[in-house]
Amino acid sequence: MSAPILDIRNLTVELPKGADRRNAVENVSFAVYPGEIVCVVGESGSGKSVSSHAVMGLLPKGQLKATEGEIMLEGEDVLQATSSRLRALRGTRMSMIFQEPMTALNPVVTCGEQIDEVLQIHTSLGASERKEKVLAVMESVRLPDPAKLFDAYPHQLSGGQRQRIMIAQALVLDPVLLIADEPTTALDVTTQAQILKLIAEMQERRGTGVLFITHDFGVVAEIAHRVVVMQRGRVVETGTAMEVLKNPQHPYTKMLINAVPTLTPPVREERTGELALETVKLCKVYGGGGFFQKKREVRAASDVEIRVRRGETLGIVGESGSGKSTVARCIARLIQPTSGGIVVSNIDIANLPERQLRPHRKHCQIVFQDPYRSLNPRRSVGASIIEGPMNFGMSEAAAIAKSRDLMNLVGLSPDALDRYPHQFSGGQRQRICIARALAMEPEILIADEAVSALDVSVQAQVLDLLDDVRKKFDLAVLFITHDLRVAAQICDRIAVMQNGVVVEHGKTAEIFAAPQHEYTRALFEAAPGRNFQFARVA
Amino acid sequence: MISYILRRLAATVPVLFTVAVMVFLMLRLTPGDPAAIIAGDNATTQQILDIRTKLGLEQPILQQFFIWLGGLARGDLGESFFFRKTVFELISERIEPTLSLAFLTIVLAVAVAIPLGVLAAYKQGTWIDRIVMGFSVIGFSVPVFVIGYLLVYIFAIKLGWFPVQGYQRIGNGLGPWFRSLVLPACTLSVIYVALIARMTRTSVLEVLSEDYIRTARAKGQTEMKVLFQHALKNAAVPIVTVVGIGVALLIGGVVVTESVYSIPGLGRLTVDAVLARDFPVIQAIILAFSFVYVMINLLVDLSYTIFDPRIRY
Amino acid sequence: MTAPASSEPVASADAPIAAPAKPTVWRKLFRSPSVVIGLAIVLVMVFIGLIAPLIATADPTAINPGARNRVPMATSTMRLDDGTRATVTHYMGTDTLGRDVFSRVVYGARVSIFIGIAVALLSISIGLVIGMIAGYIRWLDGIIMRIMDGLMAIPAILLAIAVVSLSRAGIVSVIIAIVVPEVPRVVRLVRSVVLSVREEPYVEAAVVSGTPTVKLVLRHILPNTVAPLIVQGTFICASAILVEAILSFLGIGIPPDIPTWGNIMAEGRQLFRIFPHNILYPGIFLALTVLAVNMLGDGLRDTLDPKMEKRG
Repeated sequence: MSAPILDIRNLTVELPKGADRRNAVENVSFAVYPGEIVCVVGESGSGKSVSSHAVMGLLPKGQLKATEGEIMLEGEDVLQATSSRLRALRGTRMSMIFQEPMTALNPVVTCGEQIDEVLQIHTSLGASERKEKVLAVMESVRLPDPAKLFDAYPHQLSGGQRQRIMIAQALVLDPVLLIADEPTTALDVTTQAQILKLIAEMQERRGTGVLFITHDFGVVAEIAHRVVVMQRGRVVETGTAMEVLKNPQHPYTKMLINAVPTLTPPVREERTGELALETVKLCKVYGGGGFFQKKREVRAASDVEIRVRRGETLGIVGESGSGKSTVARCIARLIQPTSGGIVVSNIDIANLPERQLRPHRKHCQIVFQDPYRSLNPRRSVGASIIEGPMNFGMSEAAAIAKSRDLMNLVGLSPDALDRYPHQFSGGQRQRICIARALAMEPEILIADEAVSALDVSVQAQVLDLLDDVRKKFDLAVLFITHDLRVAAQICDRIAVMQNGVVVEHGKTAEIFAAPQHEYTRALFEAAPGRNFQFARVA
Repeated sequence: MISYILRRLAATVPVLFTVAVMVFLMLRLTPGDPAAIIAGDNATTQQILDIRTKLGLEQPILQQFFIWLGGLARGDLGESFFFRKTVFELISERIEPTLSLAFLTIVLAVAVAIPLGVLAAYKQGTWIDRIVMGFSVIGFSVPVFVIGYLLVYIFAIKLGWFPVQGYQRIGNGLGPWFRSLVLPACTLSVIYVALIARMTRTSVLEVLSEDYIRTARAKGQTEMKVLFQHALKNAAVPIVTVVGIGVALLIGGVVVTESVYSIPGLGRLTVDAVLARDFPVIQAIILAFSFVYVMINLLVDLSYTIFDPRIRY
Repeated sequence: MTAPASSEPVASADAPIAAPAKPTVWRKLFRSPSVVIGLAIVLVMVFIGLIAPLIATADPTAINPGARNRVPMATSTMRLDDGTRATVTHYMGTDTLGRDVFSRVVYGARVSIFIGIAVALLSISIGLVIGMIAGYIRWLDGIIMRIMDGLMAIPAILLAIAVVSLSRAGIVSVIIAIVVPEVPRVVRLVRSVVLSVREEPYVEAAVVSGTPTVKLVLRHILPNTVAPLIVQGTFICASAILVEAILSFLGIGIPPDIPTWGNIMAEGRQLFRIFPHNILYPGIFLALTVLAVNMLGDGLRDTLDPKMEKRG
């Protein structure tokens, strides 16, 4: 093999004093060779982003500092480079794309100008030459109608197009190294697949070395040539993609790979419990009205009909904007549906006013996505758990006793009831939220992207917990998710939503085996790493 | 764009209407006999009766309101009790000094405050930042008239660079006009500078932590261009907003500054009218200033579309 | 993702790991220099106001025709209530009526601080109630906010002047005059907090567990308004002290016989060129007090409610 374009040797980056550990990154070494994609994988806090920012010299000033080691870019140590030398390297020899293309592009500058800016900084080309070059690179990242998009502002583009602009901007001067920091995490799965394909294609055509940061093993399987696994600031394993994914050596890597849910649903028995929840032609229309403005209506959910039995998990799967969360919020009656019925224990609650609704609230509980905002930061977790039962007349002593039992059930110590949410990690908070929901003895539990914000290892634990409580309390679970792998693991049946409409529903195994609707097929096509059989190691 | 402007203009109507209702009701809802209050403690019964007739207080309240509103629509603001002139005449006589003062102050304040704010944000946490922010807190805290007298004492009485008091009409030549306004404008701009500089710093700081700033740096852009091309334009909306909102402070300051420097403007007129309990004048001035304030903030709203393409027409 | 947070425990989450203990709010507050300095100056001013009768060298309202317009540190003889004569040193001189400026300034602290606190408490309480109603009762929201927009369209000092001009001069009417323009600002703040907190998942979780509206507001929403209201209240206090001084200075505030900083300065206006001390000393006290309250507010905001500046 030729000389590496990027060679990180013994890099250590120090955290500010008072952090939970001394170094964000400790003694990290790895290399990127020309024309290869190196994936750095790890959970949050593993130091994968810090390493990549160190390469670009973008560590936040005064907070993080590289104290040891060297970062050789084509034989030149960027840690020793002056700031003007560093500026000259950025955009020309190395460039970077980021996770959230909406915020990574300047909202008040047109897309064309933002790409053009790179040329203005680093070249002495004239205006017309520059424009030609910008249009060419926009063309090469397959943006439709570059001439039109040149003058468009970022908010006028879709998420995928924005990321293409970012990529165009990064590649316009043909750098030898492209750093991609979770570039598809914020995108829908179908868009993600296109962007991954584009990155691979550009990399191949231009021979760029790519340093790809991700937390998702599906993406790794899809794109990586070589893999670097990081945990708490250290590299625990490196190797070719095949080696690491098929034959992981380090226990942490094994654990991570084991935690990746497979796309093959396990065999599930038919649930025959009584019907717990049924929606009839449920519709929710947002907007409309407005005195001066034209009416702008969004049909977030139209004619949604779902049924969930006790002891059954129904997954609602869809991309952002599909209306899956709207359905969940209607059923929990956090919002009022525009029309249609929601039948819970033989009563239609769709249009009950709040006062009459309250007695029925206990039947249906919800666990939200963001574990950091789901618990009142000012109240102890005990107070949050006993609130519901006490609303329904349980005495405080009984409610506390119950909450102690529930804490045991969700795998936390009952002594932690006096603590406040900030003292818990994300996964622990999600357990507390499940305990809070269970305290109401509901028949229906809605999990609205309840594991999406969690690292993959924690995700697996919380999924197990959800399945346990379903069995134990014979719950009807409505599981809202965008993640097909997760859905495959936990759902008995699945409803696929697109633009507010359920396009397909049926048994999980059947849908996964033979998706009928074109959109469902597209979703499956796009699932990263779908053709890859991950090693299952003990 | 034109339909957008019209829509926004239409949206100010309810606000202005509310202001008119409140200004109207203020007098009528005062406990006790408003005519007696206006007439003052030493008035005779006849004087009180005269005032009552003049204000039409004996008619039903709704009728009073529509008569008054009708007058407003025709530009008839009533007649001053004290100055024996129509309120309209009075205001048009006094508007030039106030406009001159306000104009100079805004120009001065914006020119000083925005660079200071950007500098403070860029040098966040350093002594430069602390000095700018310290000045800003002091600017908020020292009363306008104390600043005014301080400047008069130093630059007019001790150094004799500027006139102590008074105003030179613009017709008497730009030089004297400008000289007579230097100290008042400096006085008035202190609080305004404090306000704008602080908001500039805050919003630039916020923008500097955005992802696209990191992107610009990742492209190899220089710090100066990052600051002025990327950050300032994104920070502009809150800054122009505060410039608009600050006009309320400015109007309050005008009242005081004109009193300190004996400038015969609307601010001075306000105080004279209150002291003389000249209610038609007070009403008219409040309406006029509120109208200007609302219109300036409408302009500010419209200007958002220049700074931020995401704001739709 | 740049600054690594503590990672999840990989093993089963059995006993919760305690995050490093957060420093208590009090400790954080007392670590902020602007809180400490601001609070210290405010306390000194309150103390001066409280012990005014003890440290004042003369009756602040006593007119002494024999000692008019004295410069600072001049002395004069004065007849006391019991008929004896005493020599008084005028630390800050006397005004055109021969009243001792130092004593007036000391007593003036009482009025200013009282007005500042009264206005802050009143505006916050009224604004809190109206803001809660606006944030929670949909159909009232529109009406309330239109009225508040109307009030906010009138520049604060003008509104205060209008209110004062319609009532008989006195402390109460000045307080009302300053409260009226402050209320809409508090209403807006409270409403915006209510509207954003309502969307928080933990509030939605409480709704789903059947919490009655009143409890929901008291338990989950009201506590979120406390920090911004304390901060806002501090700034209102500072601006009230300033506005009172401005009104009194213009001669339309508190009746001139009551010693307030604004009144003393109003008194000193005519002879300013010769005797600037009548404006200088009360001006220093006034500016220092307002500065201290503002510093306190800044410090409180930075520690309690760092996002507030945006909401303005």
